[in-house]
Amino acid sequence: MSVVAGAAVGAAAPSIGTFVVQKRLSLIGDGIGHVAFAGVAFALWLDVSPLAAALTFAILGAVGIDAMRRRSPEEADMGLALFFYGSIALGAVVAQLGGSFNAGLLGILFGQVLTITRGELITILILAVFILGVVAGTYRGLVAVAIDEEAAVVRGLPVGALNAGLMLLTALTIGVGMRVVGILLIAAMMVLPVGVARNVVRSFKATLVTASVVGAGCAVAGIALSYAVDSAPSGTIVIVTVAAFLVSDAYRLARRSLARGRAAG
Amino acid sequence: MPTRVNGPGSDGAVLAVREVVFSFESGRVLNGVSMEVSPGDFMVLLGPNGSGKSTLVKVALGLLEPASGSATLFGLSARNPRAREPVGYVPQRAAISSRVPATVSEVVLTGRAHGSPFGVFGRADRAATTSALERVGLAHLASRRIGELSGGEQQRVLIARALVSDPRLLVLDEPTAGVDKASQERFAETLRDLNASGVTILMVAHDVGAVGPHLTRVVALHQGHLDEISLAEVREQIGLFVEDHPGGHR
Repeated sequence: MSVVAGAAVGAAAPSIGTFVVQKRLSLIGDGIGHVAFAGVAFALWLDVSPLAAALTFAILGAVGIDAMRRRSPEEADMGLALFFYGSIALGAVVAQLGGSFNAGLLGILFGQVLTITRGELITILILAVFILGVVAGTYRGLVAVAIDEEAAVVRGLPVGALNAGLMLLTALTIGVGMRVVGILLIAAMMVLPVGVARNVVRSFKATLVTASVVGAGCAVAGIALSYAVDSAPSGTIVIVTVAAFLVSDAYRLARRSLARGRAAG
Repeated sequence: MPTRVNGPGSDGAVLAVREVVFSFESGRVLNGVSMEVSPGDFMVLLGPNGSGKSTLVKVALGLLEPASGSATLFGLSARNPRAREPVGYVPQRAAISSRVPATVSEVVLTGRAHGSPFGVFGRADRAATTSALERVGLAHLASRRIGELSGGEQQRVLIARALVSDPRLLVLDEPTAGVDKASQERFAETLRDLNASGVTILMVAHDVGAVGPHLTRVVALHQGHLDEISLAEVREQIGLFVEDHPGGHR
């Protein structure tokens, strides 16, 4: 079950990350993840579902961050920092109040993929399929906005709605990844596989597909490695993805060097 | 292919702004400006940096709302997204990083995304993309990453993107800024051919440059006001003697 959950999250997260990275919002996942942490702290205090609370807070955070970006793009960076630090501080205070600074909280921060239940797996699969389906169904608009937002506005695309939708999908991705790699590391699974794909393929579509395949592959490899060497699965998944990025970057540099050599000689 | 519902406005203009006033926090940029672009025009809008040329174009395209006055495209309010369907827009060229993971054909393909964001690009979209790239002489670079192209080539890609939905009005915002002279001349020939094929063109620029011989109208924005400059004066200044443009008037 853990391998299937890891593969689902590994495939879904980079499909959103491809658009987020292109819009230079690589840290947005971190920002929303920290808002979700505050939600989890409240859930543990009030003894309600952490996943539902994380999703609710993540969606509210996504709406807030998007509203801030729209109102003043110049201030978006500061707005993100406000959400980022304000939420983690609120989460810490609430967790202390609720007496929930324990292994359960650590599991939500860093994931607990090996203890995933059947019900959680089904929820993860449904959300992952929903995310991938929405990306496929609105690809035409999402890619146009990602490549040139102003030109997309002129062509009458609902750019505001697409950007808001992307924020909501980011929030859902945080919720999906919470049990697998944890709130603090899910953003890495959104961004790093995209970096790998950009180093090895040329087109946007190929970047999207390759990033999802790399994400799923790294998640499965990370879980297998963590089982073999008895390491923390979430950290191992992200370390494997970092390693994949370093290898792909070396490949890109070597290819560029060869091309320059050919051009010179 | 966008729905062709819009004809020229009742006054015959494809683009019209009337008595437009627009201010930024730093002060008033447009002070009761009126401008019309008629079918078949190849018009250039001149002005120094900060004169409000791009602001005027954005008001004309409905991207900015003026404090007062109106803007129409093909007889509809420019704020109505449907009014922009027959418009191809080439924004000011920004340096495109070679790291942008999009091929030339993908960038052009996005020009087919009008109105609805749903679905994926199909065979007709890809055929139109190939045709648009052929029109600007870049079909052989279709699978290259956009960031690997020269500035002049990137500019032609953005024109292909504007052309891919068969626009009747092409609006270009300082398209040749930072582009080498040879590319500017090639670019001017592309625009001349498009205008000859019936596409109305409004181009924002610092000077008429290589498109000078092909223009039918020149207007200049200065201190918030718009003045029409006679073609004879423009041609005299750039040392050209050219035949009247077939579609020209005034």
